[in-house]
Amino acid sequence: MADTVLFEFLHTEMVAELWAHDPDPGSGVSAGSRGEEVGATTGQKMSLSVLESMGFRVGQALGERLPRETLAFREELDVLKFLCKDLWVAVFQKQMDSLRTNHQGTYVLQDNSFPLLLPMASGLQYLEEAPKFLAFTCGLLRGALCTLGIESVVTASVAALPVCKFQVLIPKS
Amino acid sequence: MAVCIAVIAKENYPLYIRSTPTENELKFHYMVHTSLDVVDEKISAMGKALVDQRELYLGLLYPTEDYKVYGYVTNSKVKFVMVVDSSNTALRDNEIRSMFRKLHNSYTDVMCNPFYNPGDRIQSSPGGPYSRVRIQSRWALLPVSDPVQVGPTSCVRSSPAGPLITW
Repeated sequence: MADTVLFEFLHTEMVAELWAHDPDPGSGVSAGSRGEEVGATTGQKMSLSVLESMGFRVGQALGERLPRETLAFREELDVLKFLCKDLWVAVFQKQMDSLRTNHQGTYVLQDNSFPLLLPMASGLQYLEEAPKFLAFTCGLLRGALCTLGIESVVTASVAALPVCKFQVLIPKS
Repeated sequence: MAVCIAVIAKENYPLYIRSTPTENELKFHYMVHTSLDVVDEKISAMGKALVDQRELYLGLLYPTEDYKVYGYVTNSKVKFVMVVDSSNTALRDNEIRSMFRKLHNSYTDVMCNPFYNPGDRIQSSPGGPYSRVRIQSRWALLPVSDPVQVGPTSCVRSSPAGPLITW
């Protein structure tokens, strides 16, 4: 049981560390709070993409290590099921709660008690802070999909902690 | 005993080819290249079959008069090709399977190495724990262009903003 909390602590520290490096405020004193906001948002976008790319690299490695010894992926849906079951269990010790698709390349994965958000709050508190704790996991999903041969765009949204939805968009080629 | 081993990425370019240096290496490169067609055939044939358990080991791809070529594919569509001397009849299917399994495990370790960028060529040291006759070489843990000594001071690079582990 102690193993799960090690990753949670590491993840929390990663997010805190990347957020601590706020860029310098905007040019001049006259820019004031507006300049700081602009500087802060570009810095935040950089931090989000750093987190996402970290998750991507980890996802690539997991996508190589986790699948079974047999060729089990016949189609896209099989790969998504692998993500919901095997990958989620390996990283978060639970399965994804629901997987929905429109069969046109859009998949919505819903987790009703996401372990990285569970210790934070239950409900609407800290809703603005939640997205940065999802960036690594979005990268994780994208990396695993990439190793298994699917290029995708993964975004996450939170309506109320700790329920979160991951949307996977697979463009049709 | 394997005479040539190749690891081929899913886009069909080689990540790693190593053959015994006494032979003409180009001949093996060509053999591996031609065997890719057979591998693709086998993969697509397996896709159509409604067998639940599709194996990663593809078996004998094609025999030539001097050599036999065996194939193996992973879930990430990375292919391993092994060329074996025909004159060695003592080598059984199980041994080939176990060699491929070891190769697969080594490749998975390379993927998990944070200093390796997926898609790069795999650099490997020639002498290693595995004897030459079994698997040709062992994956090294160092990337090609950056001769970093793995030690206590190398993992954390200080940047102006403070020590931040990047990879």
